[in-house]
Amino acid sequence: MKRFVCCALLLAVLPLAGRAAEEVDVEEIKQRVLEELKPVIEAEVQRRVQEELAKREAVGKAAETAATTPAVAQPGQPWSPAQSITLLRAGSAYMNISFDTLVDFGWSTTPDVRSIQFGDHDPSQRGFTMPNSEFVFEGAVDPYFRGLGDVVLKLDGESETTIELEEAYLETTSLAWNLQVRAGHWFSEFGRQNPQHPHAWDFVDQPLVLGRMFGPEGMRNPGARVSWLLPTPFYAELLLTVLNGNGEITWSFRNPESEEFHGGEVVDRHLRGPQDLVYLPRLATAFDLSETQTLLLGAAAATGPNNTGADACTQIVGGDVTWKWRPEDAERGFPFVKVQSEAMYRWYEAAERVSVDDPLVTLPEETLGDWGFYTQVLYGFCPGLVAGLRGEFVSADDAAFDSDLRLDRTRISPNLTWYPTEFSKIRLQYNYDHIQQWGDEHSVWMQLEFLLGSHGAHKF
Amino acid sequence: MKIFILMSLSGLLSVVAQAKLNVVTTTPDLAAIAHEVGGERVTVVALARPMEDPHFVAAKPSFVVKLNRADVLIEGGAELELGWLSALVDQTRNPRIRPGAAGRVAVARAVRLLEVPTTLDRSRGDIHALGNPHFMTDPLNGRAAARLIAEAFCQIDPAAGEAYRAALAQFESRLETKLADWEKRLGPFRGARVAAYHNTWPYFAGRFGLRSDLFLEPKPGIPPTPASLAGVIAQMKADKVRAIIVEPYQNRRTAEKVATETGAVVLDFTQYPGGVKGTDKGYIELIDHLVGTLAAALEKGRP
Repeated sequence: MKRFVCCALLLAVLPLAGRAAEEVDVEEIKQRVLEELKPVIEAEVQRRVQEELAKREAVGKAAETAATTPAVAQPGQPWSPAQSITLLRAGSAYMNISFDTLVDFGWSTTPDVRSIQFGDHDPSQRGFTMPNSEFVFEGAVDPYFRGLGDVVLKLDGESETTIELEEAYLETTSLAWNLQVRAGHWFSEFGRQNPQHPHAWDFVDQPLVLGRMFGPEGMRNPGARVSWLLPTPFYAELLLTVLNGNGEITWSFRNPESEEFHGGEVVDRHLRGPQDLVYLPRLATAFDLSETQTLLLGAAAATGPNNTGADACTQIVGGDVTWKWRPEDAERGFPFVKVQSEAMYRWYEAAERVSVDDPLVTLPEETLGDWGFYTQVLYGFCPGLVAGLRGEFVSADDAAFDSDLRLDRTRISPNLTWYPTEFSKIRLQYNYDHIQQWGDEHSVWMQLEFLLGSHGAHKF
Repeated sequence: MKIFILMSLSGLLSVVAQAKLNVVTTTPDLAAIAHEVGGERVTVVALARPMEDPHFVAAKPSFVVKLNRADVLIEGGAELELGWLSALVDQTRNPRIRPGAAGRVAVARAVRLLEVPTTLDRSRGDIHALGNPHFMTDPLNGRAAARLIAEAFCQIDPAAGEAYRAALAQFESRLETKLADWEKRLGPFRGARVAAYHNTWPYFAGRFGLRSDLFLEPKPGIPPTPASLAGVIAQMKADKVRAIIVEPYQNRRTAEKVATETGAVVLDFTQYPGGVKGTDKGYIELIDHLVGTLAAALEKGRP
């Protein structure tokens, strides 16, 4: 019996003793595991609580219905999936700011590069040119407007800095009836290239026909614009722009430099009324030919007074076609093929005017007809690399005054561009220029671009 | 009589058609989820194609028309569509989808973003200021997206709220069942390292306990060079990495070259239903395909 009790005691105590020996370790491990699991458990508890709350809230919302405003986190209120977890940091600035610079470098057979590179943002001399450094400020003004400002700095031939207000406008965001109104100063929507900033061009220089019609700066002027998105199944937008139409930046209208192409003294012409503004209608359409091909067709016109005489007028019409192909699985947007072409015709009523060259000579009243086109093909053959070819022709009918700016001219420009990223590019371009009465000129240009700051969304 | 019936029928149909919510999403994964939640009550159009790079979508003018008529715009947000969406929305003149409107749903709001950079510096490649925007590859983020979308639908179309909530519940339960299955299938490979062409998969990897920190691109968005690939190959060999993930719009040949050097396999992954064969049925089917493909590849490579 005694033995049995001893055995029983021993049996009972042994595991106890064993347990006591292990007790410390187990507790420690338990503690550690608990500690490790703590964040996991907390997260899970949080998640389930949120889930439960979200469910209840959703049930409650059925009664509230449409009156509810977008969810905003209120202090002390439970979180719901509709509220933002505020880890978001960007968008903290009220506008996007960027700085973009072009550097041109090259050589031409003519020492007077300006005479063949008419564009203000083209390379303007042998060697280096700084044709365009622009600051862009852009963003939502308030719930009703969006605004953009673009200030350009450039160095002229004497390395003097010139500054210009390239664009500054505001635009409505949510008008009724699919309307949008813009007011301010911007590159008019005439064709494809005129509204583009120089850094977005596919070639180093502006097409000749744009120089003939819109001058070195491109067409832009203080004004306002109404645009209507048509209720068609395809994209169709009708725009009507009204511009003041004076200054060198409305080259074909009340332009103090217009004597360069009509040869007569300009007259002072003030606005008498709405009939003296420049009106610019445009229709832009687009069709998806397939998932990978898009065709854009556009037509535009501009009509307004010029300053050869009190009642002289200018009319310009233009058409543009763009076709783009890009496969669905394009790598960073490559490969692609883009073909773009624009043609324009201008009727410039030149009134009877005193010749600039000889005050004793009076140039007769006549209508100057100028026209031209360009066609360019861009082939993005592998990621970052684009080969381009542009062909251009401009011409004009005969007039009493012979201007270099109305000579027949053909230009062929192959180029190659490397985009290391969306923020930089390196471009090499050759221009073969055949100018009536002058002969041939050859130029080779290199262009570098860099962009700091926010990269605006691409337009098609 | 027949004509009258036809006319009234077509009239009725057009009323029904008009009653449908017009939903536009930026990417096809969001479209798939919107379709799950909205069912017959919504028409859903995705702007980006399944094989298209979400960062480099061509902003076609036809998108302006689609957005102009949309009741709801669902975007990933967090700079996923930075390069193309804002210019489109500015042109649409549709107040229903302006930022801040009830019809503008940015899914990133409902998600905890990973890899939020502390400094912004473009010399490090394409850095997303708000964090990695490829969060939809984690099925629980897919669930969060569905909830957010359901909430937006309920708010805009309260009459059908019950139906949206029911569809959401069904989607959630289907997803949760599948999630358990996916975790089981990838469970044996916890801690395995997987290479990828681009840093698209941290959310997917995080959900299933995998390591996705080795990329063929030396920096996000910067194409690989022979030298940078040599480093990746050495690391893959050292860590016995069995799989390289590529997406339809990435350079598969580069991945194949690395695979030949290392004995790994190239896996055709996609973030979007329809991006690779066998994924076009929906979001859950897409994740199912990815998990299946990856599990099979890792299984094969097991010692």
